[in-house]
Amino acid sequence: MTHALELVHNADRVDDINKFDRTDDLTPATVDTQRLLEIDKVSLQYRTAKNIVQATQQVSFDVYGADRFVLLGPSGCGKSTLLKAIAGFVQPVSGEIRLDSALVDRPGPDRVVVFQEFDQLAPWKTVRQNVTFPLLVSGRIKRREADEIALDVLAKVGLAKFAEAYPHTLSGGMKQRVAIARALAMRPKILLMDEPFAALDALTRQRMQEELLALWEEVRFTLLFVTHSIEEALVVGNRILLLSPHPGRVRAELNSHQFGLRHRGSAEFQMAAQRIHRLLFEPGA
Amino acid sequence: MSDSSAYPPLRAEYERTLPPPGDALSPGLSRSLRFWQIGALRKALILAMLALIWEVSARLTGNDLLLPTFLETAHTFVGAILDGSLLSKACISLALLLRGYLCGIAAAFVLTALAVSNQLGRDFLDTLTAMFNPLPAIALLPLALLWFGLGNGSMVFVLTHAVLWPLALNTYTGFLGVPDTLRMTGRNYGLRGLRYLLHILIPAALPSILTGLRIGWASAWRTLIAAELVFGASSGDGGLGWYIFQNRNELLTDRVFAGLAMVILIGLLVENFVFVALERVTVRRWGMQR
Repeated sequence: MTHALELVHNADRVDDINKFDRTDDLTPATVDTQRLLEIDKVSLQYRTAKNIVQATQQVSFDVYGADRFVLLGPSGCGKSTLLKAIAGFVQPVSGEIRLDSALVDRPGPDRVVVFQEFDQLAPWKTVRQNVTFPLLVSGRIKRREADEIALDVLAKVGLAKFAEAYPHTLSGGMKQRVAIARALAMRPKILLMDEPFAALDALTRQRMQEELLALWEEVRFTLLFVTHSIEEALVVGNRILLLSPHPGRVRAELNSHQFGLRHRGSAEFQMAAQRIHRLLFEPGA
Repeated sequence: MSDSSAYPPLRAEYERTLPPPGDALSPGLSRSLRFWQIGALRKALILAMLALIWEVSARLTGNDLLLPTFLETAHTFVGAILDGSLLSKACISLALLLRGYLCGIAAAFVLTALAVSNQLGRDFLDTLTAMFNPLPAIALLPLALLWFGLGNGSMVFVLTHAVLWPLALNTYTGFLGVPDTLRMTGRNYGLRGLRYLLHILIPAALPSILTGLRIGWASAWRTLIAAELVFGASSGDGGLGWYIFQNRNELLTDRVFAGLAMVILIGLLVENFVFVALERVTVRRWGMQR
């Protein structure tokens, strides 16, 4: 809990470091808040051993720059498949996904995914190497520069001390922080998070939400966040897309920018949560 | 006294301010326990026990021709090492073995790379492994001798065959076991083809690749010794198998044992210094294997 506060307090110190020679630091000078991602009547299917499952049907929505856009719905609403489609791992059967007006048809480093599973970190690389790996693979920068960026983002998520540790020595929350740091280091156009905190215990999850919001305040990335927790959606997101299950269709799109962690438990927060609950579970409402 | 309105007593709340934690040092292990922690020591103890059993049973048998004593064999072994005869034989065997081993690794790499890249490559690997893995490499030696003549060529061919199939099978099984999340992260950064194989699949499958390398090594060793025993010095000047074969013909049983001991010793050295070291700096360090 003290951690997010530290991040904010240390912000000027981090800026001092950045002044030296880095034009490539993480904080964009201006955040483009134009329309960034277009999901246009996208239908998705996946194949199981026996049959073809319709994951989403004609789903459309737009994400704007610096959004913290949340996909919320019960299991079976196709939110994770939708995220995989945006990441380029799954091809839509109909409809189009466009990022910065370019058609998405394959995975790419402009859309970095943070997964729920802890095994997304390569066990054969240290924390620092895990962060620098995608930077080096893309061939954009040199090793020294990549190391600098890695140490910078690791400091931002509070793991500077663990740069040389191997992933198996870290706790679940720390592994997720490394994954987030790695994603941020890539400076993707959009950060895709697939229930990143679902496998964490409740206290760690709350702290990670807090830290994510603090990071967003500092770096202003565009975030697409998948969750099945109404409370998490309200806290993390500024806009929420509600999906109904079997097949996934858009039920509503709501604002939630007014809620933060400290509003948890307030009357408005409860009302918003109840409204979402009603929208999701009472089809006629 | 037990009625439903009974509650536990109301106790006062309290708060404590905790002093900063001191250095909590854990007590060290006792000396004998620490001694026991050294793996090499435990293994040495087992070897010593085996040597003792050998010595005792040889003395009870009392026939040098059938079973020379441990001490006698050790004496012959040291003598053969010192006069260089055993070492030169071992070097000949090892050099040949290493060539076959490397050829096998290269071939397994190509085959598995094909298998992960497309369906046809997968079917190809499946079929070939099913056909050749059960076939003892030594069974190909007569054919190899026909094709490549007496010499190193036919031995390298047979050794390659001995290494290739178990290694390819293990490597491919390892690739299949790589978690989806890790695959997707690799593709997420735009990795494809050979770079995807080198950066993601091979390190992630390293535990089973190492198993394949071990099995391949043992299989190659067995094949080499067996080939020399059955077919004599098929490669010009013979190696360890030939050494054992020749000495048996001359009924120098202690030398036969010395030759066998050399084979075992090399196996132990490679296992403990090469494979275990390889494991320690890779899969154990990465927490992929306990």
